[in-house]
Amino acid sequence: MREKLCMILAVVLVIPGLMFTASCAKKEIRPESAMYQDKPRTRQSASSMTTTSEKDRLAREQALIDESARQEKFRREEEGRLAGVSERTGADTRISQRAFMSEDVYFSYDSAALSSNAQDALRRKAEWMQNHPNVSVIIEGHCDERGTNAYNMALGDRRAESAKAFLVNLGIPRSRMTTISYGEESPAVPSHNESAWARNRRAHFVTE
Amino acid sequence: MTKSCVKIIFLITLLSFLIWPPSGLAKRDRVVISDPSLQKIPIAIPLFKVQPHLMDVSMKTSDFCSETLDFTGYFKLLDRGSFLAAPREIDITGSTINFKNWTAVGAELMITGSVQVNNDLIEMELRLFDTFKGQMLVGKKYKGWITDHQRMIRRFCSEVIYYLTGSQGIFDSKIAFVSNGSGNKEIYICDFDGQNTKRFTHNNAITLFPAWSSNGKWLAYTSYKKGKPDIYIRHLKENRGFVINRKGINSTPEWVPGKFSLAATLSYEGDQEIYLLTGKGKKIKKLTNKWGIDTSPAWSPDGRKMAFVSNRSGTPQIHVKHIGSGSVERLTFQGRYNTQPSWSPKGDKIAYSARGKSGRYNICTIGFDGGGPTRLTRTGDNESPSWSPDGSMIAFSSTRQGASRIYVMTAYGTDQRRLLALRGEQTNPKWSPGGVD
Repeated sequence: MREKLCMILAVVLVIPGLMFTASCAKKEIRPESAMYQDKPRTRQSASSMTTTSEKDRLAREQALIDESARQEKFRREEEGRLAGVSERTGADTRISQRAFMSEDVYFSYDSAALSSNAQDALRRKAEWMQNHPNVSVIIEGHCDERGTNAYNMALGDRRAESAKAFLVNLGIPRSRMTTISYGEESPAVPSHNESAWARNRRAHFVTE
Repeated sequence: MTKSCVKIIFLITLLSFLIWPPSGLAKRDRVVISDPSLQKIPIAIPLFKVQPHLMDVSMKTSDFCSETLDFTGYFKLLDRGSFLAAPREIDITGSTINFKNWTAVGAELMITGSVQVNNDLIEMELRLFDTFKGQMLVGKKYKGWITDHQRMIRRFCSEVIYYLTGSQGIFDSKIAFVSNGSGNKEIYICDFDGQNTKRFTHNNAITLFPAWSSNGKWLAYTSYKKGKPDIYIRHLKENRGFVINRKGINSTPEWVPGKFSLAATLSYEGDQEIYLLTGKGKKIKKLTNKWGIDTSPAWSPDGRKMAFVSNRSGTPQIHVKHIGSGSVERLTFQGRYNTQPSWSPKGDKIAYSARGKSGRYNICTIGFDGGGPTRLTRTGDNESPSWSPDGSMIAFSSTRQGASRIYVMTAYGTDQRRLLALRGEQTNPKWSPGGVD
């Protein structure tokens, strides 16, 4: 009986979900993220050089990734509902808010380009923001300590803007996001080694 | 007594006691400070003559004179222990000095001094001699409050440097820098030699990138006082100023030489570009217009060219914009990370911070035509070069001894030494123009 209910729910929820992602997939602007690669010359060329089939392939991949994330989410929601934990929604929101803030978006050295991991993290952010339409966020752009602080101030700004632009493309209104660059001035990890640097090159989200 | 009163007395005495103009004498060959193979000039500074009970004053004043001149890197200070004549026997006016005693110990120049102290007043006579020719080159007499004795000696040293090099020197300049000793990065100001450090900002927030206006009256800087990086423009003496607080970053201000306007990096249009702004922060025009990072403006002394950092070619490199024609050319090609340009006040060179193959950062200089990049530092990470107002020295920050500190060196990388011993870490030094008090 329970299995059957699950199946029905899955079918009912997944099919519109699939339609939604498929229609979104066209809007999923890959070249837009390439725009934020640190190599400005690629900006114009990126959109023109990416072939149509390449775009389609990326969109398909994207749709599949989105789909699996979505299914996972529905599954979790269903489990929660069926286990009768709906009373704990308040606590869940707080937990998810903390999770939302604690997950940083990471960048490679001297770059504001969004890796696939960074994009996945941003998709989770977008999803959370869709589910919490009244929350505005500050996106902080940070750098590791290497390089000069003047340049890192600009690079941090670029990283924050890069994350913001990606979220705008996923349908989050600009008005809900503010960016602040901290350059290299506010490291998450104070050590002076590769792993600390990797964790300091980040976009950090704070809810307003 | 008020400070202005002191100043008036000081200046009056200066004017009325300007003695023995050296114009009648054949001038010594100028020290060519643009000569990288500069030989240091051996100079003897015997203890100044004082009233017998004031030997500590003699020590203090003659040592301060030695340290001040030594700072420039032009001189080799001779050891007083080697002097053949006892200080008491030296005739400070020079008329009976046996100059052979001084050339014998290797001195080419010699400074004599006498100090008279009466209650709170001090009187000083200082003279510079050419020991080979047996001639006096500079002679000055100063009178003022005893608290002004360092200013008097610095004034005399400026005369010495002016006589020898034809340029005003650095002894009336200051250095602004960032220190986190209070727990936050704040701006401090010290004398050119690291003395008399005073805290300038009390923002209790990250404060960076100090920049002096070319008349030395204004300081612009970036601060997170209101939670985001905004530019504050503050008068150094009067309690007034302006704020540039557009959306995004407001950073790396740099004053246009001789004008009440500045260039700064703003990103309110979504891209980091350099803008020309009035001293009150009103936009005049956009100076760069290229997708990607453009930051860290540095003006040529005539204000006709602006060096800046751009990653338009894929990595951060120094570029130069010709303001008249609007054309931009790339200046640095070696290495993948060249930032923080600082244009020499003499106009010929640009200092910058370069990442080498080792991954360390070093101060380099390059001709404004791109000629001969030269590395000046070797150990630690070295950043934020800033030229002294006469172009003879460069201040910078370095981690060579662990924490980041402010160092100075000559324009050729010689005589590198730490300027300050303060709590916390110090960064972003910015040398003032001359004539700041």
